[in-house]
Amino acid sequence: MYGDTSIQKPIKIAEPTSEEQARLEELFQQKIDDNIKIEPQEWMPDAYRKTLVRQMSQHAHSEVIGMQPEGNWLTRAPSLRRKVILLAKIQDEGGHGLYIYAAAETLGTSRAEMIEQLQSGKAKYSSIFNYPALTWADMGTIGWLVDGAAITNQVALSRGSYGPYSRAMIRICKEESFHQRQGYELLLTLSKGTKEQKEMLQESVNRFWWPSLMMFGPNDADSPHSAQSLKWKIKKKSNDQLRQEFIDATVPQAEFLGITLPDPDLKWNEERGHYDYGEIDWEEFGNVIKGNGPCNKQRIAAHVKAHEDGAWVREAAAAYAEKQQNKDVA
Amino acid sequence: MTNLSKQEALVQYAAQIGDNGLIIGHRMSEWCFRAPSIEMEMALMNCALDLIGQARELYTYAAKLDGTGKTEDDFAYLRDEKDFRNLLLAEVPNGDWGDTIVRLFFMSAYNKLFFTALTKSTDEELAAIGAKSLKEVTYHLRFSSEWLIRLGDGTDESHERVQKSINDLWAYTGELFTMTDGEKMLLEEGIAVDTAALKPEWDQIVTDVLTQATLSRPENKWAHKGGKAEGIHTESFGYIIADMQFMQRRYPGCSW
Repeated sequence: MYGDTSIQKPIKIAEPTSEEQARLEELFQQKIDDNIKIEPQEWMPDAYRKTLVRQMSQHAHSEVIGMQPEGNWLTRAPSLRRKVILLAKIQDEGGHGLYIYAAAETLGTSRAEMIEQLQSGKAKYSSIFNYPALTWADMGTIGWLVDGAAITNQVALSRGSYGPYSRAMIRICKEESFHQRQGYELLLTLSKGTKEQKEMLQESVNRFWWPSLMMFGPNDADSPHSAQSLKWKIKKKSNDQLRQEFIDATVPQAEFLGITLPDPDLKWNEERGHYDYGEIDWEEFGNVIKGNGPCNKQRIAAHVKAHEDGAWVREAAAAYAEKQQNKDVA
Repeated sequence: MTNLSKQEALVQYAAQIGDNGLIIGHRMSEWCFRAPSIEMEMALMNCALDLIGQARELYTYAAKLDGTGKTEDDFAYLRDEKDFRNLLLAEVPNGDWGDTIVRLFFMSAYNKLFFTALTKSTDEELAAIGAKSLKEVTYHLRFSSEWLIRLGDGTDESHERVQKSINDLWAYTGELFTMTDGEKMLLEEGIAVDTAALKPEWDQIVTDVLTQATLSRPENKWAHKGGKAEGIHTESFGYIIADMQFMQRRYPGCSW
C-alpha cells in the first residue's frame, strides 16, 4: 500500500569523531574500488545514502507514473493479444515500482515519505512520462525507445555499488528487455501495414525521439551529481556515454523499420566509430522538469486522486488488521 | 423453443461465456492507475488478465466452430452491442473500490460454481477451458471475499459504503441463474451448465462471506435481466464498445 509501510529507521549510534569519520570513508571507498557491494546494515556516508534514496525513489516513481500513459490505451488496444500484452507490461511496471520502493526503504526512507515527496513535487520522476500517449503507435514507441533508453541506463546500474539496488536492476532489466522487444514488434507490425499505420508509426517516433534522448539527463559538463556518483559507483557510466550507446544501438533498428529519425545531423562518424547527433533542446528539457511539460499536472493530479479516493479503503484494511491482531492477542 | 441449430447454439454459448470474461476484464483494466495502492492495482490487473484470457480461449473456440474464418478479434471488435450476451453484472460501471469488489465477489462465486460444472461438460473443449478457468476464478473468489470481509468489518465508513454496494448490485445477481433457450437445448446434450441449479450453492457462499463481513443480505428479489438472453444492455455498455472497438472501426481490416 502507498501509505501503510512503516519501517524501522536505523538505530542512531554515537557520531564518529572526524578522525574516525575519515577512516570510515576511506574503508568505504576501498570497498567500492574493490567492487564489493554495499549492504543496508553497513556504514555509508550520508551523501551516498541521500543520493541513492533520491535516485531510487525517482526510479520507482517513474515506474508508477509510467503506468499512466500506457493505461491510457488499455481499453482501446486494437486486438485481444495486444490488450493482454499491454496489461502484463503495466503489471510488470507496478511490480518494478514496488521492488524499488522496497530496496529504497532499506536506506531508511519509508514508501509513504517517498510518495509524499512525489505528490508535493519534491521528488521527480522520469520526465519522459510528462509527454502524452496520443496514438496506438505510442505503445510501441514507448516500449522501443523509452524502455530501450531505460535498459541502457539500468544495465549500467545493475553493476552499481549498492547491493539491493543492483540486484533489483538485474531482475528488472530482464523484464524491460522483454518489453522493448514487444514494443519493437508492435512497430514492426505497423511498418508492414497500411499507409495510415506507417504514418502513425513515423509520427509517434518523431514525437518521442528527442524526449528519449533527454532521458539520459544533461550533458556531462552540466550534470551536477555525476562526478561523485561515478566515484561511488552509483553510476557506472556518464550520461553522454550512455546516450551515445543508445543512439548507436537504435539507429540501425530505425532503419530496419523503414522510418527516419527527426535529426538532420544524425550520421555515422567513421573516425569516432559512433553516430554524431544534433543538439538537444535543453530549454525544453528544463521546462518539462520544472513542471511545464504537456502532462506534468495531470500525472500528479491522477496520482493524488487515486491516493485520496483510496484513503477509506486503506483505513478499512488497517482497522480490520488491527481487529484481527487484537483477537489473536485475546 | 429455439430455432437455433445445435452448432449455432454452441457458438453462441462459447461466445457468451467469453463475453462475461472480456467485459468484466475490460472494466477491471479501467482501474489502471486508479486503485488505492499498487498492490491492489496489480491484483486487479492480474484478474483482468485471467478473465480476458478466458474470453480469448472461448472466442477462439467459437470461431473454430463457426467455421467461416473468424478469429477471436472478430468477436471482441466487430460485433454490435446487441450481439454481446454477457451478464449485466459484468458490465455495470466500476464505481468505487467497494462496488468493484462486490461485483467481482458475486461474479467469482458464480464463476467458481459455473466452471466447476463446465468441467463435466460432454464438450471436451469446454470442459478443458472450464478446468483451466476454475483455478483462476477460485483465486478471484478468495481475493474478493477477503476484501469484502475487510471492508465490511473495517471502519464504520467502509461498512456503510460496501453495504450500499451490495444493495445496489444485488438486483443484477438474479440474471446469473437464468437460462436462455440455447442453453436449455445444450443442457439436454450434457454440454451446457444448468445455471439455475447453481443458485443454492451460490446463496450459501454469499451468506457465509457476508456473515463473516458483518454485512446483511438484501431482501429485494427483483432482478434486472436482458444482457444474456436478448443483448439488451445497460446505458453504460455502449461506451465500453465505443472505447474498445475504436481502433478496429477506424482502421478496418488492419493487422495489429
